[in-house]
Amino acid sequence: MPLDNTESQTRKFKVIGTRPIRPDGIDKVTGRARFGADAVAPGMLIGRVLRSPHAHARIKSIDYSKAMKLAGVKAVVTKDDFPDKTDGDAALYDVLYNVMAREKALYEGHAVAAVAATSAAIAKQALKLIKVDYEVLPHVTDVDEAMKPNAPVLHSKIFTDGVEPKPKKASNVVRRYEFGHGDVDAGFKRADIVIERHFRTEATHQGYIEPHACLANVGPDGQGELWVCTQGHFMVRDTCARLLGMDITKLRVTASEIGGGFGGKTTVFIEPVALALSRKANRPVKVVMSREEVFKATGPTSSSSIDVKIGCTKDGRIVAGDATLRYQGGAFPGSPVEFGAMTAFAQYDLENVRAVGYDVVANRPKQAAYRAPGAPMANFAVESVIEEMAHKVGMEPIDFRIKNAAREGTHSSYGPVYGPIGLLATLQKAREHPHFRAPLGKNQGRGMACGFWFNFGGQSCVTLNVGVDGTVGLVTGSPDIGGSRASMCLMAAEELGIPYDKVRSVVADTGSLGYNDVTDGSRTTFATGMACILAARDAIKKLCARAAQIWGIPEDAVVWENGHARPAGANAGNFEPMSLKEIAAQAPSTGGPIAGHHEYSADGAGVSFATHICDSEVDPETGFTKILRYTVLQDAGKAIHPSYVEGQFQGGAVQGIGWALNEEYIYGKDGRLQNAGFLDYRIPVCSDLPMIDTVILEIPNPGHPYGVRGVGETSIVPPLAAVANSVSAAVGVRMTETPISPPKLLKALESLGGMKKAAE
Amino acid sequence: MANVLIWSSLRSHTGGKANLQIEARTVRELLDRLAETYPGLKPQIQRGVSVSIDGVIFRDGWLETLKPESEVVLLPRMVGG
Amino acid sequence: MSAVTVNAKINGDPVEFVCEPDETLLDVLRNRLGMTGAKEGCSTGDCGACSVTIDGRLTCSCLVLGAEVEGLNIGTIEGMANGEKLHPLQKKFLEHAALQCGVCTPGFLVAAKSLLDHNPKPTETEVRFALAGNLCRCTGYDKIVRAVMDAAAEMRRA
Repeated sequence: MPLDNTESQTRKFKVIGTRPIRPDGIDKVTGRARFGADAVAPGMLIGRVLRSPHAHARIKSIDYSKAMKLAGVKAVVTKDDFPDKTDGDAALYDVLYNVMAREKALYEGHAVAAVAATSAAIAKQALKLIKVDYEVLPHVTDVDEAMKPNAPVLHSKIFTDGVEPKPKKASNVVRRYEFGHGDVDAGFKRADIVIERHFRTEATHQGYIEPHACLANVGPDGQGELWVCTQGHFMVRDTCARLLGMDITKLRVTASEIGGGFGGKTTVFIEPVALALSRKANRPVKVVMSREEVFKATGPTSSSSIDVKIGCTKDGRIVAGDATLRYQGGAFPGSPVEFGAMTAFAQYDLENVRAVGYDVVANRPKQAAYRAPGAPMANFAVESVIEEMAHKVGMEPIDFRIKNAAREGTHSSYGPVYGPIGLLATLQKAREHPHFRAPLGKNQGRGMACGFWFNFGGQSCVTLNVGVDGTVGLVTGSPDIGGSRASMCLMAAEELGIPYDKVRSVVADTGSLGYNDVTDGSRTTFATGMACILAARDAIKKLCARAAQIWGIPEDAVVWENGHARPAGANAGNFEPMSLKEIAAQAPSTGGPIAGHHEYSADGAGVSFATHICDSEVDPETGFTKILRYTVLQDAGKAIHPSYVEGQFQGGAVQGIGWALNEEYIYGKDGRLQNAGFLDYRIPVCSDLPMIDTVILEIPNPGHPYGVRGVGETSIVPPLAAVANSVSAAVGVRMTETPISPPKLLKALESLGGMKKAAE
Repeated sequence: MANVLIWSSLRSHTGGKANLQIEARTVRELLDRLAETYPGLKPQIQRGVSVSIDGVIFRDGWLETLKPESEVVLLPRMVGG
Repeated sequence: MSAVTVNAKINGDPVEFVCEPDETLLDVLRNRLGMTGAKEGCSTGDCGACSVTIDGRLTCSCLVLGAEVEGLNIGTIEGMANGEKLHPLQKKFLEHAALQCGVCTPGFLVAAKSLLDHNPKPTETEVRFALAGNLCRCTGYDKIVRAVMDAAAEMRRA
């Protein structure tokens, strides 16, 4: 759907761009809003999952007879209750295997059985009575270790794809990807300066405050209801229906309010289990994950091992960029390494570029998306080298980036030629920003980075119902994870020409609308928003037709203006304009209810570029890094509700800061997660941070009537490098591993100090 | 006749060719012809691809039409979080 | 283990409930009394989503047993508004868009109210440290801090 005609660049919006209160706000500040774990049902059972204590083990047998005898236990399920209905769909089979272990337990925390009982205490007791006979196998959790020829192999059917000759021996290396163009070797020969570095990032978790929770209710007729916190209830419905052998329309899924997702709730974990338990017990079953289970058995990011080599001429022009990325995505194929490879150099205009990615499996939980999947790690590596290179050439890092920035006509590192993109705009805006002029003292340093994410459109279905009192009900199917309901109402109100508070938006269940893709990929304001605009336009056509009927004039003689239908011209007839409210009031007796619809698969989502500037101060005695100042400049295309756009910028930036400074999965030699709680998996807290300054750029996306670009994901891409670069500037040590936690930084400072002493 | 760029690691399935000439008027036809002509590409196409047409990325738009002068680039299927 | 009968007050209203000795106050609020405003984010006292006040003292309800609150007054999010009249903190959170998913919001509001009840004129640093026991993953805390400072200012003017 193209941008409104050229006028829209100067279109005067009435409500778009304002900051009204969100429609679900009161419920959220009074505790009335109902999240995943807040639902109950009469006769409800509590479901708990038994999980493998071993990182890698063959499951020889499971005996749950004792558990079934415990008073209060109503059902137990194992893989035998999940016959394979995946019909050759390898990705779905992996989901099935991840939801309930089959021949092997592939990571500590892998589900092996589940119980439904009349109380949580009895369910917990029942788990202890399930006898699982494990044959413990050697395990591997590190990505480089997993690639070694003698590493324990997880899947006997994985033979590395994308390498010649085809391997004869099974391994943990699933696939090799390569992107790029030109001749990097020739390019490096022309370089005056070459920097080559090795980087590592550890796995992190999305860290949503609300654990996964659902309430399943399957009746004896095989029809089911599911209440679940999820980013995509239609996806949950379709996946669970397939796994359980149910017709899609026999399962009605309601999305609760969701307490954070960030990509971690774009798949299923406990939902098929809850449904299977409910079906077997013939009673509602509620399953809520503990925080420990969330860390051990949902979808953290990949951990990575990355080599980057960049060469430039002495006047600062990059002549070649080469990266090799190795990501382990947990126990099943599908780490987002190809996106790391595609985005690594995407911000630069390069004649010679190559990015190679290896997707590797290891005995860890199956990874899931976390904002821009695969990009933050790659950006950390490349933007760190870029900053170092800028200093070596003697240029300001911002100027070095401006000189080499991708622009319209650049052959991108991942293939397409760029159309108009906003990278230079964010860089130039950053250059003028007062942040660069803030004074810096001892042990304080400034770093920056730029990055982007693709964003996509996808399927959305929206209905807009006109109430007989002239208020409008907007029915969407995209779970609201960040305040999008407000933006939907703004767009509908803008089109209809009615006040914002006359539009109410709900997120309907799967029985009420056609399919809606998951709320991910920064797609909601773009794709569902555009569907709201088009549904409103559809409703307007019908309102005009209704007015025309009432006036007895042809339909095309009526136009919509300022919330009113009016005759198009003087010769159409001398009728007073009729407001939406007036037309609605007459609806029952003039043809019935008036509603607008739009259902489609949207495309044309624009990329969103960002530049981040970070000032930090390092305490050389403790290795503690304090963020002093942080600025996010990002292209939103058009900010429908600026407060929520700022919120996305700030939230993503802080997640990136946490990834850079403190967050990591720590595995013991036994392959078990050592820090499965918020005490030792340390996400940023209020006192760690300053205000996060934001600048919204608006370079319209021609694929959306108002120019909207998705913004939710890009903001997690630049912070790792921005923080690392600021630490390097502060204390002169280049940290090439995340997190840059106090013990690690202190160790690096001490060896730097030792080197300096030795040099004296 | 569409001109399609495929990514480097897929070229082992096309005899090393990066730019392919494929007779196709829509994305669906393009993907079907690619799989027919170069069976080695079939697994990746089945796993999922996106197609960039003149710089705009299409994730599910199989009925998008291709012009002879369109720049068409095959990409992995877009994901998000 | 035999159940315990407890008499306490919640938001000033007398309440009697029965619970197991090992049930937390959070379990009691959510599962026995149907008050789901307090959330379970971690059950180890690290995230603050279950924050309540006990006789005016800010506490993680996941770290207190239901049986321990005999005779005490529990303050929860459900008691913060006065009928239709929102507390200034609630109002400011909405105005400043200090919530995105909203699951941490009840905990933050209880904690922020506790702060302002004890310190009506906090500095930004004091606000940040007072709220350091409440985790938020969506907002980066910026708008939360602004909302609390703004509410404090409004409350001082009243």
